[in-house]
Amino acid sequence: MNDFLEFKNVSKRFGTVQAVDNVSFSVKRGEFFSLLGPSGCGKTTLLRLMAGFEQPDNGSILLDGQDITQIPPNQRAVNTVFQNYALFPHLTVRENIAFGLRVARRPRQEIDAAVTEMLKLIQMEDKADQRPNQISGGQKQRVAIVRALINRPRVLLLDEPLAALDLKLRQRMLLELDLIHDQVGITFLYVTHDQGEAMSLSDRIAVMQGGKIEQIGIPAEVYEAPKTSFVASFIGDTNFVDGTVTALPMPNYCRVRVEGLGEILCYNDKQKAVGDRVNLSLRPEKFHVTLEQPQEDARLNVLRGKVENIIYAGNHTRFWVHIGERRIATYHQHRRYHLDEKPIRWEDEVWVWWDADSGYMLDDYAPLLEERGITPPPETIHSANGKEQRI
Amino acid sequence: MSRRWREISVSLPSLLWLTLLFLIPTVLVLAMAFKPSDGYGGMGPGWTLETIRSLRNPSYPAIIGRTLGLSLLTTLLCVVLAVPMGYYMARTQRIWRQTLVLLTVVPFWICFVVRVFAWKHLLHPDGFIRHGLLALGLIAPDTMLLYTTGTVMLVLVYSHLPFAILPIFAAAEKFDFQLMEAAMDLGATRWRAFTHVFLPGIARGIGTAVLVVLIPALGSYVIPDMVGGTESEMIGNKIAQRTFGDRNLPHACALAALLTVAVLGPLMVMVFGKGRSGTAEKSVGGVV
Repeated sequence: MNDFLEFKNVSKRFGTVQAVDNVSFSVKRGEFFSLLGPSGCGKTTLLRLMAGFEQPDNGSILLDGQDITQIPPNQRAVNTVFQNYALFPHLTVRENIAFGLRVARRPRQEIDAAVTEMLKLIQMEDKADQRPNQISGGQKQRVAIVRALINRPRVLLLDEPLAALDLKLRQRMLLELDLIHDQVGITFLYVTHDQGEAMSLSDRIAVMQGGKIEQIGIPAEVYEAPKTSFVASFIGDTNFVDGTVTALPMPNYCRVRVEGLGEILCYNDKQKAVGDRVNLSLRPEKFHVTLEQPQEDARLNVLRGKVENIIYAGNHTRFWVHIGERRIATYHQHRRYHLDEKPIRWEDEVWVWWDADSGYMLDDYAPLLEERGITPPPETIHSANGKEQRI
Repeated sequence: MSRRWREISVSLPSLLWLTLLFLIPTVLVLAMAFKPSDGYGGMGPGWTLETIRSLRNPSYPAIIGRTLGLSLLTTLLCVVLAVPMGYYMARTQRIWRQTLVLLTVVPFWICFVVRVFAWKHLLHPDGFIRHGLLALGLIAPDTMLLYTTGTVMLVLVYSHLPFAILPIFAAAEKFDFQLMEAAMDLGATRWRAFTHVFLPGIARGIGTAVLVVLIPALGSYVIPDMVGGTESEMIGNKIAQRTFGDRNLPHACALAALLTVAVLGPLMVMVFGKGRSGTAEKSVGGVV
């Protein structure tokens, strides 16, 4: 059951670029597993290694215990949904779907039955005799998926399958993909740079950067408990706050002095000692921003700041609050609405408060990003002394 | 109104061009086949079927047959050689691709007649190739490399190959090679992906190549004249002979008309005959 698909110390170099750097991970049978990362992080190379289009320089790939590293793509029980669909333009929708079975020389009746079933699955019986250039992007997408599914692959590889679709269609196809995965029960290996897609579809996500996997976990894990500053900033928005542990006031908690911000309380799951440097990720939605002072609570961090910028978006408002020498980005969900509530305005002095448990301690320091040659996203650029320049 | 006018004004030059330089000459050639010859290179008064009747001379069907056979074989060989070449050129690195395109075009910088003449030297009975092959015992002492139908064939392929490579390369360059990966991913061998995905993908380029090789090959007369023997005469040689030697223009026109009919007939069947006319039609349109 476990480790249905296994990558063992796989490396691949293209010229001077180390596309995949000693990567090991495993995927369970029937799992929807995503490789998430920015372009050039090596996720597509991993997929191509899996499909057999590339050979790894080192390491091996195991499928159900069998080493498939040397098996050519046409003999692997693995099929791919390509980013631009790669439908054969000279064949009709029906012929495209039938391609895999034709190549396998299956009997005619079997092919016809299977193709009809697939057409029914994607509700495209009426388009069966059209060419790919006569159908829409979403329809092409569906044809590409069932064309890959008809051979009953053991693993279905999907290379950014929704990237070429517009937003509305992407959301619909997202549901459809989920549905198809539930129906066919095949293991899905899904490559994307879109954290939203990965979060909503996957059982587990591997976040990649620079040819390496930074973290593997269920969506909530990589969002709420990011291991590294890269994962924290790539998935969702965050505030990086770094400082030094000054005291351990109660079990499992530590007090951290943050230059230009003040003393804050933090959940100490990494067992840091006094004097250790720590780097925290504070998600914007974890903050409360109010005009009234909150009630005293030992586990609450309460700071005073000035609203620098406000973006109102209907269901939520984003506040950027200047606290000490730092700017903190916050996100306020509108759960209720009172006509007579006094709204927060620019330049207002506000209380910013959050639960000490909501901050998450990272394994690395944000400034280390630059030492590793990684440019963090623009929202979280840090200067050399660790202060945020802008959010 | 203005749009229609614009369409007419845009297509008018090419229409005039085709009418003046293609349609009218073709009609003239066909018409002149029915005029009597005056024996001095001109035409006599009135109309006659005499010239058409003289085409029944059994030597003509043989020559027409040889012309068609040589041209079709040339076309086939050119396409068979050009497809892997085009495939390779499209897949190779950019710098190599440019070099190969240049190398394909370079022969055009040398006069066509000079290049054919070079073959005459190369294959000369006292040339180094024949002597070399003789020394190696690969040919019999009485084997001639020059003035045979095979020589004509060789030089025809040589001189028409670039015309086949260029359109096939152009089509292959636009071909999405991910489609071949998709085919292999679905279980096809590399060869099957090549024949069932790549070849249909460049069908238009192949169609163009067939036409741009076949049509000039059918009309060739310099090559059989220079490197061919009496047994490898093509219809072009006969037309030239009737025009310049016999000064019998109607006869030359009748032969030309015969060639046109022999080519256009099957082509019409191909283009308008069956349902799979799409690509062929487009290629014809692209060339004419």
